[in-house]
Amino acid sequence: MTTFLKLLFRNRLAAVGAVVLAAILLLALITPILPLADPDVTATADRFQRPFSTGHLLGTDHLGRDLLSRLLWGTRLSLAVGIVAALVAATIGSGIGIVAGYFGGRTDNIIMRGVDMLMAFPYILLALAIVAALGPGLMNALIAVAAVNIPFFARNIRGVTVGLAGREFIDAARLAGMGHTRIILTELLPNVLSTIVIAMSTTVGWMILETAGLSFLGLGSQPPQADLGSMLGEARSALITNPHTSVVPGIMIFLIVMSINLLGDGVRDALDPRLRSGALTRPRAVTLVDRRGNVPHADQKGLLNIQQLETQFHVGPRVYRAVNKVSLHVNPGEALGVIGESGSGKSVTALSVMGLVASPPGVITGGAVRYEGEDLLAASYDSLRRKRGNNVAYIFQDPLSTLHPLYRVGDQLIEAIQAHHKVPDAEAKARAIELLKAVRIPNPESRIRNFPHEMSGGMRQRVGIAMALANDPDVIIADEPTTALDVTVQAQILSLLDDLRRERGLAIIFITHDFGVVAQLCDRVAVMYAGRIVEEGPTATILEHPAHPYTKRLMACVPELGGGKRELAAIPGLPPVVSDLPPGCAFAPRCTKATEACQQGEIDLAGTATHTVRCIHPEEELA
Amino acid sequence: MTALKVRDLSKTFPIGGGLLGRARAGVRAVRPMSFEVQTGETLGIVGESGCGKSTLARMLVGLLEPTTGRIEIEDRPLDNADPAAFGKLIQYVFQDPVSSLNPRKTIKQIMEAPLKRLYGLDAEERMGRIREIFASVNLREEFLDRYPHEFSGGQAQRIGIARALAAAPRIIILDEPVSALDVSVQAQVLNLLAGLREEFNLTYLFISHDLAVVEAVSDRIMVLYFGSVVEIGPAEEVFKTPRHPYTKLLADSAPVVGRALSAPEQKDSELPDPLNPPTGCAFAGRCPRATERCLTAEPELKPLGEHQLAACHHPLEG
Amino acid sequence: MGAYILKRLISAVPVLLGITIIVFLIMAMIPGDPATAILGSYATPENVEKLNRDLGLDQPLINRYFIWLGNMLTGDFGRSYSLNRPVLDEILDRFNATLILAGVSFVMCSVLGILAGVVSATRQYGFADKAITFIVLIGISVPSFFLGMMMILLFAVNLRLLPVSGMYAIYGGGDLPDLARHLIMPATALAVVATGVIARLSRSAMLEVLRQDYIRTARAKGVDERRVIMGHALRAAMVSIIPVLGIQAGFVLSGSVYIEIVFQWPGVGRMLVDAILKRDIILVQGGVVFVAGAYVFFNIVVDVAQSLLDPRIKT
Repeated sequence: MTTFLKLLFRNRLAAVGAVVLAAILLLALITPILPLADPDVTATADRFQRPFSTGHLLGTDHLGRDLLSRLLWGTRLSLAVGIVAALVAATIGSGIGIVAGYFGGRTDNIIMRGVDMLMAFPYILLALAIVAALGPGLMNALIAVAAVNIPFFARNIRGVTVGLAGREFIDAARLAGMGHTRIILTELLPNVLSTIVIAMSTTVGWMILETAGLSFLGLGSQPPQADLGSMLGEARSALITNPHTSVVPGIMIFLIVMSINLLGDGVRDALDPRLRSGALTRPRAVTLVDRRGNVPHADQKGLLNIQQLETQFHVGPRVYRAVNKVSLHVNPGEALGVIGESGSGKSVTALSVMGLVASPPGVITGGAVRYEGEDLLAASYDSLRRKRGNNVAYIFQDPLSTLHPLYRVGDQLIEAIQAHHKVPDAEAKARAIELLKAVRIPNPESRIRNFPHEMSGGMRQRVGIAMALANDPDVIIADEPTTALDVTVQAQILSLLDDLRRERGLAIIFITHDFGVVAQLCDRVAVMYAGRIVEEGPTATILEHPAHPYTKRLMACVPELGGGKRELAAIPGLPPVVSDLPPGCAFAPRCTKATEACQQGEIDLAGTATHTVRCIHPEEELA
Repeated sequence: MTALKVRDLSKTFPIGGGLLGRARAGVRAVRPMSFEVQTGETLGIVGESGCGKSTLARMLVGLLEPTTGRIEIEDRPLDNADPAAFGKLIQYVFQDPVSSLNPRKTIKQIMEAPLKRLYGLDAEERMGRIREIFASVNLREEFLDRYPHEFSGGQAQRIGIARALAAAPRIIILDEPVSALDVSVQAQVLNLLAGLREEFNLTYLFISHDLAVVEAVSDRIMVLYFGSVVEIGPAEEVFKTPRHPYTKLLADSAPVVGRALSAPEQKDSELPDPLNPPTGCAFAGRCPRATERCLTAEPELKPLGEHQLAACHHPLEG
Repeated sequence: MGAYILKRLISAVPVLLGITIIVFLIMAMIPGDPATAILGSYATPENVEKLNRDLGLDQPLINRYFIWLGNMLTGDFGRSYSLNRPVLDEILDRFNATLILAGVSFVMCSVLGILAGVVSATRQYGFADKAITFIVLIGISVPSFFLGMMMILLFAVNLRLLPVSGMYAIYGGGDLPDLARHLIMPATALAVVATGVIARLSRSAMLEVLRQDYIRTARAKGVDERRVIMGHALRAAMVSIIPVLGIQAGFVLSGSVYIEIVFQWPGVGRMLVDAILKRDIILVQGGVVFVAGAYVFFNIVVDVAQSLLDPRIKT
């Protein structure tokens, strides 16, 4: 709660809204004890007094009634009616929504059809119909406004509930013996409460406006009783001669609704966890580069050479060192594996190469990425764009989310080609068909007209590979390209990648967490842990003689097919969080060989020209 | 003793059907299947996406009502789909450990639910049980006042296991319990599970898509394809000497250190369309050994070798 | 595509039936003797008797519904007692005016709203974003009827730029430029709130889409940033913007009731409010069913547009 308030008031606009609204609420509350004139006593002699006239701070209306008094009493009434309507609509609507969302199936179907019927009306028609039937009056206007807002709550809350009802903790609650009512009240309600509050805070303003509107039309509060809407409605006939009688209530409605909206936005931002983490920021076209130290000098290693790369995520006051002085290179025709567990920084390393790390929060803070001698981190956007896909191409993990759902796969391929080569459409299309043939998709001529959702996972990933091949790049960076696929499909994709690189002399950087995949595909492998490379060398050497204790023990954790039933080796403890790394070796707290020296100061990569390890007590001496 | 006996269990999901819900057709997620699991045994269940393994699991714990068939736990039939009745006998450990814990409840509240609802224990008895269970799964008691988001995947999965144990079930269904975890943490959880099985004389059904993991923890393995059991047999034999061509395809596809990279032989890589299922053997379209007969006649599970069963007209030699 | 449109048209039938049932039930809530209540102060014994015969008010509720529905299907919406003419004639006379006002306003708010949202999203936290956010905030907080009144004061009374009210000038009007001059203020006042809502939603839809993996894919293959935003991102964002346009059309239609009153626009909204105040229930009933029906068809158009954009919508 305190964090909620802190978050809320960090938003200055929300704080302004809160202050204005609090002031208005306070005024409305103390209205009965203020020394005001009776709002309903007419004095035709004093009609249309200007503001600041004696005895009438805001002047008088067409019947000579004190405007200040009517304004405050009217505000009181409008607020009360709006808030009650919001509470009624929220309670009934949310109840309907939760029941429909939780039970699903036919219950849901019938309820939501009914709600859809109500939503088929432009809302005011329904309100007018209700008022027409019940007769004009403030109470009836309240009922009408509440009724037309019920579908809004029902829909919103149902949507959230459906998502929650499919979550596993609801299943777990049923297995723990809870009944439906208890699950709704103790498991679902606490989780949808924030949505209800958000929906309320964004609609209270509306409902005050709507009741004011009905009163404005003469269908709400009846004379002589005043709410803000009826004051405005009565003043309309004198708009041109005495505008102040209209301006006063109008501005009050505006202030109330505006302050509620400001506060409501603040509440939503503070309660919605997605917004809270700042995730809704727009990623820039290129990762922000802010190199503090010296840029490493070019050395003539490999086709693509990553030198001392540092990529960080700046989230609030925290700095996550996702990639920490990583150096890697890949030669033409070579397959380099980068292996590590989640959070080891392997994917961020891969995305940093072409500036594809989402930024904010990502920042490249050091190092260089050299392609044909040029430092890509210093390149202009245009020059980087020309190399993306053309010289260095990517294959991503989940082929469903990485292909655009609304474009045909053929058009996505053609776009990849035409982004770099001005070729006529017909030629690009022919090339797209050729590409699909190259990745062994049957019937490519008809397949290019497919949308991604019309293909299976394996086929989609083939399209992803075809797209990477579109401009004959020199380097392909494959970021866990088979993790989302079934094992039989994975085998086909891996063998396809292997064939392609041999046919075309491609350099591949293959990011994975699977030793089996590395062993089958890669010539060299780099092992990452907590943002650093801990060991690098030829695949066969590392698999047979791992030098870093982490590599050795990680490999022991991986069960291999054909070993039968057995006890598996495990590494106790957890990988460290990269926002708070210990000095020295990040693996030391989990390592059986660790000594005091391991937890002090920087440990360098050392070893032979081909096989290096970052360890003081390696499993194998590298000489 | 037989811990779990399943007879002709199947599930058909209706598709289409309007407000009045008269479905025209259905997707047969699980075709009628029968099997038994002995007390203290771990039965591994493997299959790729769409094979029906999760549907099967949800039926076994009463979260989903079967279309046909019977479930017996320790010779007591459980016909009604009531999770509360199932809960004391059979529990479930979910794939996504964090999503299986209510984010708005403390670990203590989560742990207490089964003790209160299923056994009606009072506060003191509940705390005693929780202490015992936490000791068994190596969790510290200070975790009890925290909320789920404060835990890593491995810890959260231990809490999920602890909650399942709190119901004192005879059988636990483990639905991909380690696939959301990193390799180094995965082994911790698997070893913990093995220890608990001994300690409480539990029976496991271990569902996974990872053949090596399943082989490492199971006594017997059941291979599912397109809603049917295609092969069942002892863990050490199923992948070493597969009888069904699909099992062999799976085994050959798994990336293995020291085996050259090659796509195993198959005709087509696509699964059959569930809305328009083929007659005969569902695997025939991909099977290199398929003949005319496979396209027309559905193969029955039949014994092959000493302990293995496979549903194939042209099984592989042992 | 043809099959989809047909399907949507067929699915509109139960919705239209539901609308008539809801309206009928609401009207059945009227307490007391229905005929007298419907006719209100205009009731004469002959009228009451005639109405009872017309609507079969002596019959059970369900029969009355089907008689009413059957009459409407043959184009007989009943007779307005306050205006003494057939309800449908009156509605048709006035619906054009509402359609022009709401239509122009809807086009304004859609175009301006989406434009503002896209600019806002692409310049997130920049000056344009902050300015748009601020204007939008004011726009969605000011009641349209108050805004309309202030516009009259400023542009018609003080600056004398535009006519105060009405649809055509009384003398020498009636052509298109005249209509346009009369339309500027009401259409703008009506569009302001919806523009704000659409701008907000477009902004967040764009931001949501820009974080998706397929945007990263487009960038990774070297697509130019302008094309990434105006092509890949906007197209995907439209999938969530279009349904909101449908909802906002309902809000514009609703708001037109206030605006028609403020600007004395001879539309259906003003007719409905007058009818309620005169307790002319038959006219209210007919007007509500007619406009709601029109809105249902508009929403079919929205759905079809959505299905053209999103290939995943098949059934």
